[in-house]
Amino acid sequence: MAISLTVNRKPRTVDVESDKPLLWVLREDLNMPGTKFGCGAGLCGACTVILNGEAVRSCQTPLADAAGKDIVTIEGVTASPVGAKVVEAWTALDVPQCGYCQAGQIMSATALLTATPKPSADEVTAGMAGNICRCATYLRIQKAIAEASRAIAGAAA
Amino acid sequence: MNAVSVSRRSFLAASLASGAALTFEAKLAFAAASGAGEPAMLGVFVSIAPDNTVTILAKNPEIGQGVKTMLPMLIAEELDVAWSQVKIKQADENQDKYGPQFAGGSMTTPLNWLPARQAGAGARAMLVAAASQQWGVPAASLTTSEGSVKHAATGRSITYAALAPVAAKIAAPDLEKVPLKNPKDFKIVGKSRPGVDTPAIVKGEPLFGIDAHPAGMLYAAMVKCPVISGTLKSFDDAAVRKEKGVLAVVPITDGEIPAGKHNAVAIVGDSWWRVHKAREKLAVQWDTVGFDGYSTEGYTAQAKALLAAAPTADLFKAGNADAALAKAAKVVTADYAYPFLAHATLEPQNCTALWHKDGKLEFWAPTQDPGTARADIAKVLGIDPASMTIHMTRIGGGFGRRLMSDFMIQTACIAKAVPGRPVKLLYDRTDDMRNDYYRPGGWHRMTAGLDASGALVALKDHFITFGTDGKPMRAAEMRATEFPGPVLPDVHFGMSFLKTNVTTGWLRAPTSNAVSFVFQGFLDEVAEAAGTDLPELMRRTLGSPKQLPPEPDDTPFDTGRARGVIDAVCKFAGWTGKRSTTPGKGRGFGFYFSHRGYFAEVVDLTVADGQITIDKVWVAGDIGSQVINPMGAEHQMQGAVIDGIAQALVWQPIEQKAGAVTQENFGDFPLIRINQTPGDVAITWVVTDNPPTGLGEPTLPPVIPAIANAIKDATGKRLRSLPMSLA
Repeated sequence: MAISLTVNRKPRTVDVESDKPLLWVLREDLNMPGTKFGCGAGLCGACTVILNGEAVRSCQTPLADAAGKDIVTIEGVTASPVGAKVVEAWTALDVPQCGYCQAGQIMSATALLTATPKPSADEVTAGMAGNICRCATYLRIQKAIAEASRAIAGAAA
Repeated sequence: MNAVSVSRRSFLAASLASGAALTFEAKLAFAAASGAGEPAMLGVFVSIAPDNTVTILAKNPEIGQGVKTMLPMLIAEELDVAWSQVKIKQADENQDKYGPQFAGGSMTTPLNWLPARQAGAGARAMLVAAASQQWGVPAASLTTSEGSVKHAATGRSITYAALAPVAAKIAAPDLEKVPLKNPKDFKIVGKSRPGVDTPAIVKGEPLFGIDAHPAGMLYAAMVKCPVISGTLKSFDDAAVRKEKGVLAVVPITDGEIPAGKHNAVAIVGDSWWRVHKAREKLAVQWDTVGFDGYSTEGYTAQAKALLAAAPTADLFKAGNADAALAKAAKVVTADYAYPFLAHATLEPQNCTALWHKDGKLEFWAPTQDPGTARADIAKVLGIDPASMTIHMTRIGGGFGRRLMSDFMIQTACIAKAVPGRPVKLLYDRTDDMRNDYYRPGGWHRMTAGLDASGALVALKDHFITFGTDGKPMRAAEMRATEFPGPVLPDVHFGMSFLKTNVTTGWLRAPTSNAVSFVFQGFLDEVAEAAGTDLPELMRRTLGSPKQLPPEPDDTPFDTGRARGVIDAVCKFAGWTGKRSTTPGKGRGFGFYFSHRGYFAEVVDLTVADGQITIDKVWVAGDIGSQVINPMGAEHQMQGAVIDGIAQALVWQPIEQKAGAVTQENFGDFPLIRINQTPGDVAITWVVTDNPPTGLGEPTLPPVIPAIANAIKDATGKRLRSLPMSLA
């Protein structure tokens, strides 16, 4: 059965099993491999996308649950002003090492800063604790979120 | 030992030896110019386009250590171009052409510091020679800058692009004699450069092995024998073949390295999600006899029994340790232990391959060691190594896991069964965790003797490790020259061995990540017994600056450089040697020499309600005369320190029951998260007049004993087993 959803502001229709996780629909059916497979169990956050404004683990989101929803992935994250500032800060501070987790980190950071533009240190930790970085780039992730938060405040002023 | 299962040491030695020869070949391979309007090749790494854009090939696997940025920086520096005019492309594997191409042993910097600069300087010399010909002036009167040759006397200037077609036809200079820049004139090296792939990473571009997608690609998932070393007895795939999207079922029994291990059944189809799901329909029987008796419980019990007996092999012996201990004024003894660990790269093992109809084999592979993979695949599949092309993708974490060829061999076996169609094999997380080349566990009984003045005079280590025939398995070794063995009169390092069915391998700073904990933790106990602190015990034991004998094919241990970083970190952290007076606060020190780098670290931590929080880590490192890319180097070092904290406090043991590994995902093998990250990892470099060396590995080991020693300081409890816990 064909299922329709919006991905990065574009309407898309896919005709695959409705229990196929959104992660694999993005990677295999929509040719958007920026969203990464890490654990398949919602434990690492590499597959994080934003669904109707909330960060979700796309490996745990059946396509049926994404039907009619608005999905933002790493490929489209800079379309939002917050996403653009996050990506800018990530680039300027050269956050990635291997880079594999960073799409998920950027999506979580974007969701965090969209909901909480000036997060406290504890709020950053809580918002990002679901995303593992095996290279342990956490110190730069913290700095990049602080930098993006300042840039968002500057743009709003 | 299997003939192709080389030890890390011989692997590095072979790479070093062939490196010298291959670099020479690379010099001869300076290519002819291409036609007008096309980029002109100057040597094998540099091409210059008509718009003066310079493309530099990055030859080594990029696992997040930054070599794709760092090696081209060395070439661009000596070529004398502006970094802004440089584009970087990943080279395919071709070691005859490019020299050694592997990511292991923190060897990229020591192996390439001179050859990469010479490659850039050679290309520059050809451009200068072309300008000299064109203008009829001596080459010595010409200078270069930002991609142009200039003649000061006449004020003339010409771009590299305009010279490149002629320069490419000029004979390559002798790279051993081509002049190199004085480091004080460096414009690119020593300046921070962001990773060249960072802009693509943050856009989610398809860079990684898992993202490879040659046209017509199929997907494969595998059902692995749950017991490593077990073999396939029989299988029934009738139900699997009826599943939607399934196109083929391929038994993998061709054997691997070593032969007979890692049997599997692969399911191939039009979607990885579909073939992965279809696994539950496979009926399969495995033969695990002889391998299903191994367990963590068994290892622990056997190790205890072996510790009570005498070592069965000698690693290092000097004087008479037993006699010296018998007359020592004070004897300190303690048992240390550490578990098996997985690599847990965040990108699960995967590989894409196409068995062309003419029998040629093409790979898109996240491999740390494509050359060894080529040789291993040729051997297992009985094909000509020259019939393979290996494209190296960006790699979602290596840590040593992808030095092994198993996942590439499996992919080759599957590709052979579906000729003409590319196929991508992808492990799921549990496959990845249960089919690793694990950091082996180990046990050490340490005994030290002090004389009446408190000086360390005798040392014994009975090391229980994994191996057969009196030899440790891969990555289960320990250095015979482990400090302070070589400076003491009476020493005995002995070994006894346990057998295991699992495969073992190199995990970031292999052997050092475990032995540092044992030796620097134990020496902290010795320092306490001697009435001093560990930095001071180290100074006394190191003595005056001297070179201690190296392991074969390694560099000597320079006690002066060790002293240098110990003093530097003590100054940096304000080490006083006094116990913390704030309840729950602790401070500990650790030093380690590995991978040619000297590192000393101080840890500040807090213990509250049995929970250990790392507040700050101070690092002093000596990797020679030059830090090539400071922002990359700092990032590697911070990551290595946090990786060490993970090994010390967060990662749980990889365990076995009835031969099979029981961990399945990040629930029971947790990785460190942002909430467990220290407040700061502060870094200082001790610059010495030595050739630059790597830092991805040697930064890691000292933090583990420093944590143990800080916990002792905070709580009075000495933790001698990893992971450390006060619960």
